[in-house]
Amino acid sequence: MGNIKDKVAIIGMGCCKFGENWDKGPEDMIIEAAYEAYEDAGIDPKDIQAAWLGTVSAHWIGMGGLALAEPLKLQGIPITRVENWCATGHEALRNASFAVACGMYDIAIAVGFEKLKDTGFPGLGVGRGMHPVMEMRRTAPSSFAFIATRYFHTYGLSPDEGKETIAKIAVKNHRNGSMHPKAHFQKEITLDQALKAPIIAWPLGLFDCCGNSDGAAVAIITRADMAKKFRDDPIYIKGMGVSQNSMMPHFQPGFEWTGFEVTRNASKQAYDQAGIKNPRKEIDLAVVHDCFTITEMIIYEDLGFSPKGKAKEDIDAGTFALEGELPVNTDGGLKCFGHPVGASGLRMSYEIYKQLQGKGEKRQIKNAQRGLAHTLGGHPSVSCVMVYGNSLG
Amino acid sequence: MVGIMSYGAYIPIFRMSKDIVSNAWGTRSMGVERSVANYDEDSLTMAVEAALNCIDGEDRKGIEGLFFASSTSPYKEKACSSILATVADLDSEIWTSDFANSLRAGTSALRAGLYAVKSGEVKDVLVTVADCRLGTPRSVDEQIFGDGAAAFLLGDSDVIATIEDIYSVSDDITDVWRTDQDNFVRSWEDRWVLINGYTKNMKAAISGIMKRQGLEPKDFAKIVMYSPDARSHIGLAKKLGFDTATQLQDPLIKTVGNLGAAQPLVLLVAALEEAKAGDKILLASYGDGSDAFVLQVTDAIEDVKKKRGVKGAIESKMMLSSYQKYLAFRQLVSLPEEFIKLFPSASVIWRTKNWALSFHGSKCKNCGLVSFPIQRVCFGCQSRDDFEEIRLSDKKGKVFTYSLDNLAGGVDPPTVQTIVESEEGGARIYCLMTDCNPKEVKVDMPVEMTFRRFHREGGFYNYFWKCRPIR
Repeated sequence: MGNIKDKVAIIGMGCCKFGENWDKGPEDMIIEAAYEAYEDAGIDPKDIQAAWLGTVSAHWIGMGGLALAEPLKLQGIPITRVENWCATGHEALRNASFAVACGMYDIAIAVGFEKLKDTGFPGLGVGRGMHPVMEMRRTAPSSFAFIATRYFHTYGLSPDEGKETIAKIAVKNHRNGSMHPKAHFQKEITLDQALKAPIIAWPLGLFDCCGNSDGAAVAIITRADMAKKFRDDPIYIKGMGVSQNSMMPHFQPGFEWTGFEVTRNASKQAYDQAGIKNPRKEIDLAVVHDCFTITEMIIYEDLGFSPKGKAKEDIDAGTFALEGELPVNTDGGLKCFGHPVGASGLRMSYEIYKQLQGKGEKRQIKNAQRGLAHTLGGHPSVSCVMVYGNSLG
Repeated sequence: MVGIMSYGAYIPIFRMSKDIVSNAWGTRSMGVERSVANYDEDSLTMAVEAALNCIDGEDRKGIEGLFFASSTSPYKEKACSSILATVADLDSEIWTSDFANSLRAGTSALRAGLYAVKSGEVKDVLVTVADCRLGTPRSVDEQIFGDGAAAFLLGDSDVIATIEDIYSVSDDITDVWRTDQDNFVRSWEDRWVLINGYTKNMKAAISGIMKRQGLEPKDFAKIVMYSPDARSHIGLAKKLGFDTATQLQDPLIKTVGNLGAAQPLVLLVAALEEAKAGDKILLASYGDGSDAFVLQVTDAIEDVKKKRGVKGAIESKMMLSSYQKYLAFRQLVSLPEEFIKLFPSASVIWRTKNWALSFHGSKCKNCGLVSFPIQRVCFGCQSRDDFEEIRLSDKKGKVFTYSLDNLAGGVDPPTVQTIVESEEGGARIYCLMTDCNPKEVKVDMPVEMTFRRFHREGGFYNYFWKCRPIR
């Protein structure tokens, strides 16, 4: 089996302002992010040889690559649309990377977007059921409430202790997001506000849930050996992993509901490629899939940042704060950017890219050399982990 | 000797205080409470409950006939008895039939079932009856009607009560009715109904059967009579010469309400719960005539008394918090439209009915893992098509984890979503919880499965299973 490490470099990225973009269509957001990326990479749109688009719900123009060809006028080149639940944005970049790494294309573009605010539904409702009679009324909050309930039960946290622990994650991410001009939510919140918020799906309250936002993000990639022709500070892909388990882990006998094998498997693939043995020491920052605060707590354990069942100690110690030992969600995460599904993986990568280039502005962390982006999707059934570095080797 | 082998009954968990109805309308309260089917229940689901209660622990293989009786079938065209046979996991070589359109539908089915067994053409017959009638809002009917179901397994061996005789009279009288265009029960002037309908026909059937059998009122341990209200049966019993203090079965109007076609048979279950060997019971139903039965209780009665039956179902209850909830449950008010649509598909349900309706899981013959729904490729060892189907509907389980969801919509939020671990090999069942107080839901809480109505997308009813706290 091969290894992607140091074969592909990101030479330009763009990200539109995330939020309730009532006055913008998907095409406007794609154009905003893509032209920022062109300029960042110093390329002309005509230089692009192939494109990958990640989106889960571009129903109005079909499910193909046309949703990208149309706004950017990318005509005459191959465009592939990919979808893999909440890992969709990462999947656009991951698949483009393989095409570049194998030498087929010199320059490729990966685009992710989602336009949730045109659906009329105020949250991430995934559907009433997967089968005509199995009407589970599954919503994203309830899926992750299952985890909170079981995690609190298994590790002996009372509802109050559990809720306070995850509320600290909300406070941290909102603080980080307040420093990002492209975030949907740019306000700090207090612990008290988080704890007193209305319950969406017990035990998760309003501030435990990420927003429902529109957004688009773009990456332009090339072969690693060509990267310095475009810029002095390209960012290299060090490892990529994707893993699935069941479509409905709810029915999977023995499924633990306190952690996710998909994250553990995806991160193992990425760590092995990147040569990472001790992620807590060797990763400088991470932007992870905090669709819910409990999800971020579990992710600390699944990515190997905290021992199993011990994330609370690290949360209480401030380990993952901007000034902490291993800052997580330095841009505010999904908590502040919302989760326009196809865009999220690339939006996370945008933050790592900027931080590794030292362009993290007020959020810049010290000595950022290696960063991780993580998405988790499905029920949860799918995960993608990407590791990036700012130097070869 | 032909008779009843087992009984079952079902009263929905919700009761509505008649005071909240009278307060809502500014009318007189008819006193105490009535049963109310949950929003996910109808006559079919209640009949399923009674049937499963009845055949719990019985041999399902011997059941060669199944009747469903109701004046409120969810379908005007489609046999609920066939749905019920599938849900109760009975053999497909079975005679199914629906009895409808009359308060006598239940006793008609009972009579037909007994004759079928007696003919020797079919072995055991399961008779179910359920009703969920709507009284016009603000009417006395709305306070007096209740919802419930009963079931009897009929056969010719090990019977708990033999049927000694059956006697019927028919009488065309438009006293209580519902046309094909009505939602609510209509009736003519109540004095006329009582005198010329109820009293006259009941008297004819009861006197007729006693005369034919050469029996007198004192020969009966109990008389079980349909009663439209809390009083009418008392006057009638007195006229017939019964001692109303000792011989008369309480019609349960003040605890569960008038259960329509199900009432006489739910009351018969209640009477059998109290009966002892040797007791004679007289049963009489009413509706465009009357059916009367003479039953003789046998020694086997003690074997079935452990069942939940009527007494257990009456004791297990939750009060409806408002009249508005009743209106919502019966779809008498419009709630916000469902934002997210399900895709209805009769063919999907048809090809998946072994798990969707009969609620079978798969047990891997190679590694023993039990999974739900049926898995062709085993979760544990990936062996293909190497499993036996195993019924999970009658297995208890525990809540593994849950959520109380305020975003998910539905008729009665919060939606209680659960992952249940079945006692059958630890199979995991992802399902909604119903009939519960959301505040009392806990990890490890014991639950049982219950068959419920989900939605009507596609223009037909979609049924599936939920869990509920053990009743």
